[in-house]
This record gives sequence, structure tokens and C-alpha cells, in this order.
Amino acid sequence: MAKGIRRRRSALLTALTGIVLIYSLVPLVWLVLNATKTQEGLFSSFGLWFDDGRFALGDNIRQTLTYDDGIFLRWLGNTLLYVVAGAGGATLLAVLAGYGLATYDFPGRRGVFATVIGAVAVPGTALAVPTFLMFSRLGLTDTPWAVIVPSLISPFGLYLMWTFTREAVPAEIIEAARMDGASELRTFYRIAVPMLAPGIVTVLLFSMVATWNNYFLPLIMLRDPDWYPLTLGLSAWNAQAATAGGQPVFHLVITGSLLTVLPLLAAFLLLQRYWQSGLAAGSVKQ
Amino acid sequence: MAGTRRRRSWAGWQFVAPFVAVFAFVFLAPIGYSIHLSLYRTRLIGGTSFAGLDNYRQALGDPNFWSALGRVSLFLAVQVPIMLFLALLVALAIDSGRLHGKAFFRVAIFLPYAVPAVVATLMWGFMYGSRFGLIGGLNDALGLSLPDPLSPGLILASIGNIVTWEFVGYNMLIFYSALRVVPASLYESAEIDGAGQFRIVTAIKLPALRGALVIATIFSIIGSFQLFNEPSILQKLAPNAITTHFTPNLYAYALSFSGQQYNYAAAVAIVMGVITMVIAYAVQLRGTKER
Repeated sequence: MAKGIRRRRSALLTALTGIVLIYSLVPLVWLVLNATKTQEGLFSSFGLWFDDGRFALGDNIRQTLTYDDGIFLRWLGNTLLYVVAGAGGATLLAVLAGYGLATYDFPGRRGVFATVIGAVAVPGTALAVPTFLMFSRLGLTDTPWAVIVPSLISPFGLYLMWTFTREAVPAEIIEAARMDGASELRTFYRIAVPMLAPGIVTVLLFSMVATWNNYFLPLIMLRDPDWYPLTLGLSAWNAQAATAGGQPVFHLVITGSLLTVLPLLAAFLLLQRYWQSGLAAGSVKQ
Repeated sequence: MAGTRRRRSWAGWQFVAPFVAVFAFVFLAPIGYSIHLSLYRTRLIGGTSFAGLDNYRQALGDPNFWSALGRVSLFLAVQVPIMLFLALLVALAIDSGRLHGKAFFRVAIFLPYAVPAVVATLMWGFMYGSRFGLIGGLNDALGLSLPDPLSPGLILASIGNIVTWEFVGYNMLIFYSALRVVPASLYESAEIDGAGQFRIVTAIKLPALRGALVIATIFSIIGSFQLFNEPSILQKLAPNAITTHFTPNLYAYALSFSGQQYNYAAAVAIVMGVITMVIAYAVQLRGTKER
């Protein structure tokens, strides 16, 4: 959009980039096509086309939602809980802290910034085991808290909100609000929050993806399938075929995968105007 | 860091304190606890005793650890350049303004990022499989005998393909966002000077992408060294090709949760964390040095 000149379109370049496009979309097409097949159909028909004559999508969805007393819906509910509390909380904390770091000078500011940015490079591995042991001492494992609390920290979100505030909220406006006698918090939510909206949507979306897709953390923290998120549940259904005496339910794994993916794809497509401008603003300063 | 906009006061803490408190609880405390754990050993008889650096010494002499580290290093050396190069090409193509339907390209290639690693791995795993997979289907339909992507010799490449699929669009978007910031006037004056497209790419666009490239590389290094989800899920579909010490992360997981060797697992994780940070820091230094 930064370009003033309108350029000639190139069919060759479009075709070449189209190869990457096809690569990106083929697995998703495969997922949609195979969610329409029965378990036998999966084995007997070609992967990238429908199964002749049998269209079992509705039946598969029904089975996915009712299998094992409707455990899939329970997992969906858990995932929503983790996303709302975890990603919502992470966004709130990141927006507050990013705004605070960008607008105020306070004792310890540099220390906070350096510690958080340094923490980005700490691999999850180094944290996972001790976090599990710590939480198990506190009696938090196998509860929703074990998944929600660690999700509350997003160093990337903090960084994005920090750069975004510096770009989008002029210091003079904050100063003017203060002159008028507005409190610090009031200045924040009446004046800064509306200006930060694209950045907030971006951080929220990316935290949503992170919590919705989280696998490692719940895998370590949860034993009870009643608290599983969708990712862990699908993995358990998949593993069922490999265990002795287990009943293979590949058609449910595939249909469940489709149902798991759709909400996030929809969110990204519907909100693309916001997150694309949010990301662009975040990349100005590097 | 010219953002110090006003007098120093404690007022900023009311915004930063909630984040810092949770951060201390879920980041700093586990790191401290991890270091503590790594310095002890637990025996069935005799209980827990101070071990000094024994766990670290053991990790550095552990062939399982080194083979896992070697595997993710190979992964890093091959998969990351391919993925970033591909992302760069797509970002340049979309930014060139010469594509038909560039908005569609941008969003569609990014979409896999929104797919959970679990689902991505299951989809690719099924497609790789010879039972109802595409490979099996192609072999039957065309009379080919394509090699099995889930065999021990190809499994790392197959995982590389899954990770590339997941993140090529994400990296493309980082590059594309950085390119959009380049002022249009720069291109106009370059064209007036008679610079061709290739020259514009090498003289203007690539230098503008430097910061984004460094960031994307660092994230990819961290991601490669942390590799866990994809091999962990593929293990169910290819149990013979993926060992319990396939990657350092899988190894630390197996040590703690199958072997109950928490102290040793903590040491392995810390060694891995230090290696990751050193390499990420070195890349950052190199990337920002020659300005």
C-alpha cells in the first residue's frame, strides 16, 4: 500500500508464488475433503478427492460431538476457558505493562525491560519441568490454573505493545490529559486504549493462537482427560489406535481437527484489517 | 530508547506491577528452582543430597544428549535457511506489486500459522502414511514406489517440512511488514536513476529487511532447539523412527516424566537453555554489527 506507482501484473510471478500458495493450502483442502469420509472411506479412497457416493460430514460431526459422552464438547469448553482467561489475561497484562514502559519513567524501568527481553530467549524446556514441580508442590497440577497462569505472560505481546504505544500515543496528549486533572488510570483507558486498538487486537489474536494451540504445557500439567484442551484430546484420540485394544477413530480425529481449526481461521480472516496494521506498526522500530 | 518522556516517579509501576508479579512467578521462580534442582541428586536410598556440578558433568558426557543436540543442529542448519529463504521470496513477490490478487496470497499463505501444531502434525502425518495417505495413494495410482517419509532416514526431513509449512507464512508476514515501512519515494528516485528491479531488491529492500531477518532467525533458532510437539505426536505414527531422545526437549521430558530423574532433567534443560541463548546472542551481535 506504500507504493504510489501502479505496476504491471506478472502472470509468471503469480504462477511461481502460486506454488507456495498451493503448498500452504493443500493440507487444509485434504482436511476438509477427508472430514467427509467414513473411517473405511479414508482407507479406500484417494486422499485429495471425495469418497464416491458417500458424504459423511454431517454424520462425522455428530459422532465427534457425541463420542465418549460428548467429551469433545467438554474439551472445547476447556479450550475456551483457557483462551478467555489465559489469552485475555495475557493481553491485559501486556497492554498495561507495555503502556507503562513506554509512557513513564520509573525506578527499575530498565531492569524490567532487560529481564523480560532476555526471557524471550529462555527455552520452554528449561522452564517446563521446574514449573511442573513447583505447581505440583502448590497443588495446582491437574487444575485449570496450571494451564492458565503460565499463559498469562507474553513477552512478545509486551514488546509489541511497547513499540506500538511509542508510535500511536503522542506524549503531548497524555501530558494534556494530566494537566486537565485526569488520573493516570483514567488517562489510560479513556485516551490511550482507543488509540491502541489495532495493537490490542493483534496481541489478543496472537495470544489466542498461542493458548488455543498450546500442547506442551497442558501435556505436562494435566492427567485428567476432563481438563484436556482440544489439542491434547485429539492427540489422545489419535494415540488410541496405537494402544492395544484401543478402537481406532481416525475419522473423528480428522473431523475434530477441522472443528478445532475453524474458529481461529475465521478469527484471522475476519480481523485481518486490525492485525495486519498492528503488525506493521510493531515492525517500524527494530 | 528515547522514550523517557517525563520526570521519574513511581506512577509507572501501577501499570507494570501486575505483569512483573506474574512474570516473577512463572518465569523467574522456575528458573531459580531449576538451577537449585540441577545441583542435587535424589536416590531411592539416602534421599536428596547436594551433587555440585555432577549432573552437568553427566550431561556433557551423555551420548543421548549429544545425538539429540546434533539432530536439532542439523535441523537448524537445513530447515531454517530453506524456510526463511522461501518466506523472503514470497514477501518480495507480494511487495513487488506484480501479483494478481496479492491480498489473497498474503492471507492464504499465512493461514497455516493459525493451525495448531498438533493438527498440522496429524494432517501431515496422515498424508505421509501409506495407509490412507497421499504417498500411498500416489504409489497405487501411478505405480510409483516413493520412499516412506516416516522411515528413520527421512523422518527429520518430514518434520522439517511440517515446521516449514507452519511458519513460512508467519515469517513472510514479518518480512512483508518490514518492507511496507520503506518510503515509496526511495523506489521512485531509484527508478529515476535507472535502477532495475533486481538492483532495487539488493540495494534497498534487503538492507531494509536486516532487522526483521535477525529477529526471524533468532525466533527460528529458539524454535529449532525447542523442537518437541511435532516429533512427540509423530512418535505415535512412526514409533520406530523417533526415539525418546530424538530432540533435547523430548529427552528432558522423557527423563522427568518416564524416568523420574528430575534433577538430571533440569541440568539437561539448563545446558540446552544456555546453548540457545549463546547462539541467539551471537546471531544478534553479528546481525547488528556491520551497519
